Amino acid sequence: MTSSSDAATALFESAIKGERRSLGKLLTAIERGGRQAEIIADLAHQVSGNTHVVGITGAPGSGKSTLTGRLLKLFSEAGDKLAVLAVDPSSPLTGGAILGDRIRMDDLAGEESFIRSMATRGHSGGLALAVPAAIQLFDAVGYEPVIIETVGVGQVEVDVAGAADTTVVVVTPGMGDAVQANKAGLLEVADIFVVNKSDRPGASDARRDLELMLDLGHVSGLEQMTGYRPPIIMANSLDGIGADEVLDAIKSHAEYLRNSGKIHIRRKERLVMEIQNRVELLIGSTASDILESELGAGYIANVLNRKISPAEAAKSIVGSILTKK
Amino acid sequence: MSDHQRRVILAKLGLDGHDRGIKVVARILRDAGMEVIYLGLRQTTASIVAAAEEEDADAIGLSMHNAGHLTLGPKMAEAITAAGLDIPLIIGGIVPDEDVEELMNAGIAAVLGPGAAAEEVVATVQDAISARDKA
Repeated sequence: MTSSSDAATALFESAIKGERRSLGKLLTAIERGGRQAEIIADLAHQVSGNTHVVGITGAPGSGKSTLTGRLLKLFSEAGDKLAVLAVDPSSPLTGGAILGDRIRMDDLAGEESFIRSMATRGHSGGLALAVPAAIQLFDAVGYEPVIIETVGVGQVEVDVAGAADTTVVVVTPGMGDAVQANKAGLLEVADIFVVNKSDRPGASDARRDLELMLDLGHVSGLEQMTGYRPPIIMANSLDGIGADEVLDAIKSHAEYLRNSGKIHIRRKERLVMEIQNRVELLIGSTASDILESELGAGYIANVLNRKISPAEAAKSIVGSILTKK
Repeated sequence: MSDHQRRVILAKLGLDGHDRGIKVVARILRDAGMEVIYLGLRQTTASIVAAAEEEDADAIGLSMHNAGHLTLGPKMAEAITAAGLDIPLIIGGIVPDEDVEELMNAGIAAVLGPGAAAEEVVATVQDAISARDKA
């Protein structure tokens, strides 16, 4: 245990000094999980909590990577040393993945920036399990801001809003009518809207539907509750059109969060969520161990024989975890 | 180390635009359960080395179809060594048999030709990574 702790500490110290390869290895260890990942997360947590985290989300093919590439260029040109975490899905069948976000970013990255591709490895919700720890690690070694690009999402994958300070939702023309825009889910968590591919037919319709959706938030009282109305930016990321406006909107939103004190609320909520997730993980893995044990086989047999219900078995298992020291 | 999820970088160097083969290989490796970091066209030795560091890659696959392999293959191997990285480099594409030995002598771990079956591609990548891990 001490040797793995020493190895992690040595890698962490060298990553703080700017050794990119060490940071690459630390990210791998975080993804792999286990004791080593915990040690790294502990080290990172102590010195993190400062960087601004921007989440970019939207449907597959909406232009998230291309927009991220543009932002990478603008932030780099402004002298920021930023990190990008690009998440793509793992195959549910084989666990393999094609991580192809870099092809839209590499040419635009400054020498100081750091791009890491990450597969979801079975996690749903638009992000990978290792994302929060990876963000803390980037933060700890001095990257500012950190951009997370989610997998292509549908209506409900809103994990990114919990992980990010500023959530950018990318939509494209033809995403549906005003009723679609008013459904609960993804569109609700946006701090900034980007209507990408704005040269295509229907772009102004998309904008109008979003404006209308936000207007109704004004009527319903949601806007007063949040005290903020997300801007809508028309963009064509392939040509770089609108990217500077997105950058300005991210900076304004960061300023709004700081001035209103909401940044503290968001960050506290994020840490609470991380604790909750880790509790669920711990209990979940202990429960899996029990199910694979002799004790678990007994429960399974009783459920199969209709002697007890799955809910009763679950309660008993959780009970045995809680009474165990 | 054996349960470690394999991460493989696939790229094409310079101006070679024939990318049908590399896309097929990406899919073969994905379906074998590996994570493929696809860099695509017009990469440089420096951009591939930088990506390998950031992505902590276990192997690098280069696709070559424009007869530049005897120049670019050894250059890529040199760049990897010069950066202090210990990552096997595999070349796939159109490489005449008589050039294979020269490439192997220049530090390339394996060469895959156009006839390679999916199983052979996967086994070659796995073997190259295992050989590195053992060394």
